[in-house]
Amino acid sequence: MMQRMSLTLAVNGKPQEVPTGSLLPDLLKTLGLADAQVALEINGELVPKRKWPVRELSAGDRIEVVTLVGGG
Amino acid sequence: MGVRLDKPLEIGPLQLTSRLLMGSGRYASHEEMVACLEASGAELITVAVRRVNLDQRAGTSLLDHIDRERFQILPNTAGCYEVSDALRTARLARELLDTPLVKLEVIGDPHTLLPDPIGTVEATRILVDEGFVVMAYCSDDPRLVATLEQAGAAAVMPAGSPIGSGRGVANPGNIEIARSLVELPLIVDAGLGTASDVALAMELGADGVLLNSAVAGAEEPVLMARAMKSACRAGRDAYLAGRIPSRLHAQASSPATGLLGEALSL
Repeated sequence: MMQRMSLTLAVNGKPQEVPTGSLLPDLLKTLGLADAQVALEINGELVPKRKWPVRELSAGDRIEVVTLVGGG
Repeated sequence: MGVRLDKPLEIGPLQLTSRLLMGSGRYASHEEMVACLEASGAELITVAVRRVNLDQRAGTSLLDHIDRERFQILPNTAGCYEVSDALRTARLARELLDTPLVKLEVIGDPHTLLPDPIGTVEATRILVDEGFVVMAYCSDDPRLVATLEQAGAAAVMPAGSPIGSGRGVANPGNIEIARSLVELPLIVDAGLGTASDVALAMELGADGVLLNSAVAGAEEPVLMARAMKSACRAGRDAYLAGRIPSRLHAQASSPATGLLGEALSL
């Protein structure tokens, strides 16, 4: 059976394709956020930055990428 | 004769000289925001946590504009209607900023934006357990303020009136009663519209005020920021100085004797 070469995530509510075996930093690079000040949740759980390099992505993962904006 | 010096405002690990806290929302530009923050003299600035907009990349991010040597950042959980969302937002903010500080908002409904008191107490307990320094936005109910103190909040932030309403301190008596019930720093947050609202909040015994719309929405925001700085200091000084009691009838400040034509009693 041929292995699928890509998988689909939901990033901030929108579908996003990434190659199979991608890690979180690969996704951030794809999104143009490699150097951005962001924090991340996968499936409702915070993923601390120190764990990003080893965190593999799975099909259907719901990822939230947040940053800071003006507010009171 | 020397004038009494004020103490710094202590909230958790923070020591603030300025008792005016400022929000960073609704400004026309980052430049205008920075000018207002500087004019206000504020040292603690609130920010919000939101999804990165993946379709439209902003050129610069908010924190590129706020000098963190000069300003401390207080993330909020604005827009959270569920305890679970407020907890997630607080944890994301701590990860982003490496700060235990959070301005906790659990909002009841989108129409009034009034805080959900029960959710706020529940979220306060959980976040305090997780090591957060919780500054709890709440309604001006004095009993609620006391309950939040017992729940471990580091500061209570009763609303003067609904967020963005500009109605000032709707119930001054509640702020005074709340002040008398708790030891915690009490910051009047939300609803303040102009300088006299800020002065009144401080005269009632608030330890500080938090402003956003009143400055960002003014016709001249930088001038309003300066007005608010003066009002905050004036109100604080008046509170410390101890005002005279209010009375119905006149009481002359000039001597009532020694007047011209006064009849001498022989």
